[in-house]
Amino acid sequence: MTDSAPALELRGITKRFGDLVANDGIDLDVRGGEVHALLGENGAGKTTVMRIAYGLAHADAGEILVQGRPITVRSPRDAIRAGLGMVTQHFALVRPMSVAENLALGRARGLALDLAEAARRAAQASERFGIRVDPSRRVADLSVGEQQRVEILKALSRDCRVLILDEPTAVLVPAEVDSLFGTLRALVADGLAVVFISHKLAEVRAISDRVTVLRRGKLAGTVPGSTDERELARLMVGRPTFGVARPSDGPVEAATPVLAISGLHATGAGGLPALTDVALEVAAGEIVGIAGVSGNGQTELVEVLAGMRRPTSGSVRVGGEEVAGGDPQRMMRAGIGRIPEDRHASLIGDLSVAYNLVLERLDDFRRGGRIDEASIRRHAHELIERFDIRARPDDPVASLSGGNIQKVLLARVLSRDPRVIVVAQPTRGLDVGATEYVRSQLLERRAAGAAILLVSEDLDELLALADRLVVFYEGRVVGAMPRADVDVERLSMLMAGRGAAA
Amino acid sequence: MRRISPWSTPALVVSAVLITFVITAGPILVAGANPIEAYVAFVVLPLTSQFTLLEVLVTSTPIMLTGAAVAIAFRAGYWNIGAEGQLLLGAIAAAGIGTLVGGIPPILALPIMVAGGAIAGAAWAIVPALLRVRFGIDEVVTTLLLNPVALLLVNGLLHGPWRDPVTGFPESPRIAATAEFPTLVERSRLHLGFLLALVVIAAAWYVLARTPAGLRLRATGLSPHGARFAGINVGATILGAALVSGAIAGIAGVSEVAGIQNRLTGGLSPGYGYTGIVVAMLGTLAMPGVAVAAIFLGDLTVGASSAARSLGIPSQLGAVTQGVLLLTTVALLAVRRHRARRTDGADAGPGGAVDSAAEVAT
Repeated sequence: MTDSAPALELRGITKRFGDLVANDGIDLDVRGGEVHALLGENGAGKTTVMRIAYGLAHADAGEILVQGRPITVRSPRDAIRAGLGMVTQHFALVRPMSVAENLALGRARGLALDLAEAARRAAQASERFGIRVDPSRRVADLSVGEQQRVEILKALSRDCRVLILDEPTAVLVPAEVDSLFGTLRALVADGLAVVFISHKLAEVRAISDRVTVLRRGKLAGTVPGSTDERELARLMVGRPTFGVARPSDGPVEAATPVLAISGLHATGAGGLPALTDVALEVAAGEIVGIAGVSGNGQTELVEVLAGMRRPTSGSVRVGGEEVAGGDPQRMMRAGIGRIPEDRHASLIGDLSVAYNLVLERLDDFRRGGRIDEASIRRHAHELIERFDIRARPDDPVASLSGGNIQKVLLARVLSRDPRVIVVAQPTRGLDVGATEYVRSQLLERRAAGAAILLVSEDLDELLALADRLVVFYEGRVVGAMPRADVDVERLSMLMAGRGAAA
Repeated sequence: MRRISPWSTPALVVSAVLITFVITAGPILVAGANPIEAYVAFVVLPLTSQFTLLEVLVTSTPIMLTGAAVAIAFRAGYWNIGAEGQLLLGAIAAAGIGTLVGGIPPILALPIMVAGGAIAGAAWAIVPALLRVRFGIDEVVTTLLLNPVALLLVNGLLHGPWRDPVTGFPESPRIAATAEFPTLVERSRLHLGFLLALVVIAAAWYVLARTPAGLRLRATGLSPHGARFAGINVGATILGAALVSGAIAGIAGVSEVAGIQNRLTGGLSPGYGYTGIVVAMLGTLAMPGVAVAAIFLGDLTVGASSAARSLGIPSQLGAVTQGVLLLTTVALLAVRRHRARRTDGADAGPGGAVDSAAEVAT
């Protein structure tokens, strides 16, 4: 390729969501004829920065240049005109329409739509780019891999010179991944620039010419695609810093487990397997941390334990009692306290703090046929005091800050003295003070003998709190180790699906 | 931050009324009347004489009931558009039972008739509710489509077994004297149904605001996921709300038969079930709001029909005003919700706007 200006260049892209800095001065240049991977953990800001380039989000600062010329991207329309194309994780296809009709959408001019012409153009594009799809088929009848091909074709037939693919392999089976990579290599050989967003090390190495790594919204570095996985993992995860709130390093009681999961299988939202033969145990007074890049079954595991998802098979025992497949009531009665990652959805934003605090057990707060408002308020005042919630009982939960919302959930759960606590991403998005508070509460419960299953994407948090770590990859347990034996690099490799055993 | 101050809900409704008056001034001018004069006739004049004031209450009775029915379902996140059909089923039950209770004193006959109408309304509501809870089938479509079915049932009865044997008119036989609702004020049409509506409003308010079942219902409507997570049986809650809603709409049918028509007629309901949706939205799904909104719309209806005579404008302008009022209210609620919604907040669905407004008003 000619050594002219990069096909796409980002300079100092900065984006804040409230207190959270999603992108902090990101620089990136993508050249024609290369696959440029954007690597990082979930929440590292990969998708955000590309959404900004494509006009789906707007930067607070920074510049976007195409072929060396600064452009203003107010909407995807501007981006498309500048020669950018993006395939997001959620396809923008009209499912009841044919492939040809989908390709014609947005290109059709005038009043009449010449379907024969649209089909001919679709077939031509399919031929020219070497992407096999039958233009006459209905999108709804296509596999996800084929739909992705239609999306790519749609971008290409709008003459894009930079193609952005957001986690394109997340929805594909291995054979389809190979086919996608073949297509990308051919396109790149023709001079296209490809941005490949991923958190999977092996894929990134297999397809990329260069890799830009993001970590917590910051640029961690740009390295050649041949960089070894160990180094990529190090860049991606970063060296953890210690000493936020460590557990007293007493030996774990070798008691019988309070929570025992075995042979657990479950399907995820799309009906695909999300958990495969998961087995793990948590003893009283122990924190077991689940490490893994998000989307590897942790959410589904928490949902099963919360009673929000029925496993397809397997056993979940709490103190010897089988509860697999139970509803939320059943799980709570068995003594499981549940703090899922989506704390907003676990509470009712438009109801008051006081009501949310008692919603799990309204029957304890009734007098005759009516709600006992006085004791609900008393209870709320007590928990607000005890858990240092900065709110009044009548404030709707939605009006609170993230940290205080988490405290409400924490108070609702911990006030019932659960013997098992299932908690996911407990400090995500919280400020330092709230983070320390939440962690200290979990450690206090550990000291009091609760069995705690902690799911976190924050490795520092796992290392600070957990007695043992269990690593999840693609719905399976791929590794387990006591905290003392943790080697961060090896852990990163396991999380990225490159286990020593694999 | 999402915050809705309590005073803003009445302010919003008053703004909606004012905006509506500005918009409908156009059609009124076209009809050749002075808008100010027309609004005075619509709103103020009906309240100035005892006769028209009582007529306002008579007119507000059925829509207060259907408004309460719709509001209770909407609060649970169940979009019952079928109050019209449920009302007709209640009316059929009342007309049937009413002819059979001649030998029974009113103290027994009336409760039997009301209960029968409530059961009939609930029965008409149960199929869409089960389809929704069991199979996730959209109740907006199913409840709506059952309305014309109920009307066909009414007409089938009136042109078949219940046709008046003497006159041949499509009217059912007159109900027994003991089954008629007594009037509340001498020489007026104001009947027991109005008191019944107030009792229903008060009871619904109490249940929603003061009982665990009511809190579960509100929680379910505000966030089905959050409610389920907290251990609430969301399906059962929605089913219960749908049945209570149908029952209340059924009582509206009983009230019209026993209080006004004394028999089943084809023109029994000029769309009271649909007006109930207007009342519920205008009342922001809170029971006191529903009562006020029903009386206000009753006032408008009575005012518009007398203005038609005194000012020579089409009486349909009353319906036009109601329609514009519904749109304006819903639009203002949506705008407020949109403004208040945090950038990352999840949308609570089509009724979200009203839900939180109601939460403030309860």
